[in-house]
Amino acid sequence: MTAATPVTTTPPLVADKPSASKIAKKRLSSPWASLAAIVLAVLWTLPTFGLLVSSFRPERAIKTTGWWSFFSNPTLTLDNYRGVFGEDGGVNLASFFVNSLIICIPSVLIPVSLAALAAYAFAWMNFPGKNILFLVIFALQIVPLQVTLIPLLEIFVNIQLTGTFWTLWLSHSTFALPLAIYLLHNFMREIPSGLIEAARVDGAGHVSIFFKVLLPLLTPALAAFGIFQFLWVWNDLLVALVFAGGGDEVAPITLQLANLSGTRGTAWQLLSAGAFVSIIVPVTVFLLLQRYFVRGLLAGSVKG
Amino acid sequence: MFNTASTTPEKILQMLSALLLFAAVMGIILFIAGRFGGKKGDRVVAYLYLLPVLLLLTVGLVYPGLRTIYQSFFDAAGDAFIGFDNYGTIFSDPDQLTVLRNTVFWVVLTPFVATAIGLVYAILIDKSRFESFAKTLIFLPMSISFVAAGVIWKFMYEYRPDQGNVKQIGLINQLIVWFGGKPVQLLIESPLNSFLLIVVMIWIQAGFAMTILSAAIKAIPDDIIEAARLDGVNAWTMFRRITLPSVQPTVVVVLTTIGIGTLKVFDIVRTMTGGNFNTSVVANEFYRQTFNADNQGLGAALATLLFVLVIPIVWYNIRSLRQSEAS
Repeated sequence: MTAATPVTTTPPLVADKPSASKIAKKRLSSPWASLAAIVLAVLWTLPTFGLLVSSFRPERAIKTTGWWSFFSNPTLTLDNYRGVFGEDGGVNLASFFVNSLIICIPSVLIPVSLAALAAYAFAWMNFPGKNILFLVIFALQIVPLQVTLIPLLEIFVNIQLTGTFWTLWLSHSTFALPLAIYLLHNFMREIPSGLIEAARVDGAGHVSIFFKVLLPLLTPALAAFGIFQFLWVWNDLLVALVFAGGGDEVAPITLQLANLSGTRGTAWQLLSAGAFVSIIVPVTVFLLLQRYFVRGLLAGSVKG
Repeated sequence: MFNTASTTPEKILQMLSALLLFAAVMGIILFIAGRFGGKKGDRVVAYLYLLPVLLLLTVGLVYPGLRTIYQSFFDAAGDAFIGFDNYGTIFSDPDQLTVLRNTVFWVVLTPFVATAIGLVYAILIDKSRFESFAKTLIFLPMSISFVAAGVIWKFMYEYRPDQGNVKQIGLINQLIVWFGGKPVQLLIESPLNSFLLIVVMIWIQAGFAMTILSAAIKAIPDDIIEAARLDGVNAWTMFRRITLPSVQPTVVVVLTTIGIGTLKVFDIVRTMTGGNFNTSVVANEFYRQTFNADNQGLGAALATLLFVLVIPIVWYNIRSLRQSEAS
């Protein structure tokens, strides 16, 4: 009997061995790994957190003590936010905030729609010059914006569009096209060709195939690129500086924040609140739609 | 409709009419496309779908690109042909050499450090209970503009003179003081300031590296990891022999993507130091020469240089992708 018991317990023992060693390994490496991860996470969050705390502290407190002293002597105020939105402070962020929205919406919708059409043509139609055209558009992704800005500005001057939103809508839309076409083309190729063939056999034209068959399947891809483009346009400074640098009428919020940082670099009560007003929209969009954003990133760089 | 809109209702009206105009153009394209059927119609419809895209790309990217390269061979005012003189200036003028040196620091340091941190973090939090929350924390800087990131870090680096009652308000200088040091003018001391600006870019890009690499790590087949575990492999060997070789192609893509992004960095430098105190980089110098120094020729040459520098990185990227697909 005593000899039989080890025999019956053998199978569980074997199954136990790896899991036991796994547990041992976890005990060895896990606390250090967790600690390292926590240290990194804190390091990454602290800078933003410090400015966020500061944006709610009174001006005098920000300028004479570090934000960490808030915890021993907490005083909260919304004055800084009133300051950046108020007309009398000269910052007037509300109007730049509106400008950013006005710039972003068409700059996302136009390239996404145009790229969807072009990607459809590349993915599902045959025409002479298809491969070479696709290669050229793919290669255009590497053109740095800097190369295009001055001649584009000259064109805008010639057709008298300077100082209007049109310069930003047109340039942001154009710059987005190569990546958008490439990404959407990749997504479209993944749709089984049987679906398209079946629709064609049923007598559907290109327009109805596009809207009835492809569009519903493409929604996640369009969302992924849309978020990508939205964050890019909202956060852009260079294009805005070149085309809207002159007047406050069309300048986005990033431009006003950059100006504030340049001309009133020590006005931390305005800078801290201004920075948070400018990041609230992209951070919200990002947190709500992170899933799509990550998918877009992965499609862009892992597949290559 | 094509004038400057100055009040909010005017702006909204202009945006709506622009969108309506765009919808009308799309409608016309789709309407014409709908008239064509069959295999022969395919060609017409394809070119029709591509027409707006090709028009925008030709006028907005191809022509301006070629024009800038052409302009880079002309003098400051853009009138007299001076051959390669602008490029000569970039590679001989002491100020321009500092710009080049800084750009090399940026492009070498940022991709490697950001990728290393992203990779380590992705491994550390892989399959942990708080994985998605931990990822969001590191990833969040990606959604912030470079301008806002610049403001956030300028506050970290803020300096107050070392006098009796004056307290530091920047965290880094406070740490220096707590450890018994004297506060440093972090953004003015060169070359320290350039490295401190690079930290900001690393802070932003590590999240990108982490996200992509985390997906690559998750794609490693479970049975390989399980087999290694059964062999009693320790954490370091696991990383060296299994994780790293499996994600290597992705590491290359991440490195080159961050490298290209870093080459064009402009906003951070402009927001934090304005390119002063020896911190300028090529992309910032392009802007300064074109708009502040009124040297169109040199500006165009700097933009062209950016273009030329991107090409080998992209070429390497495509080549290594081909290799990994072939194997």
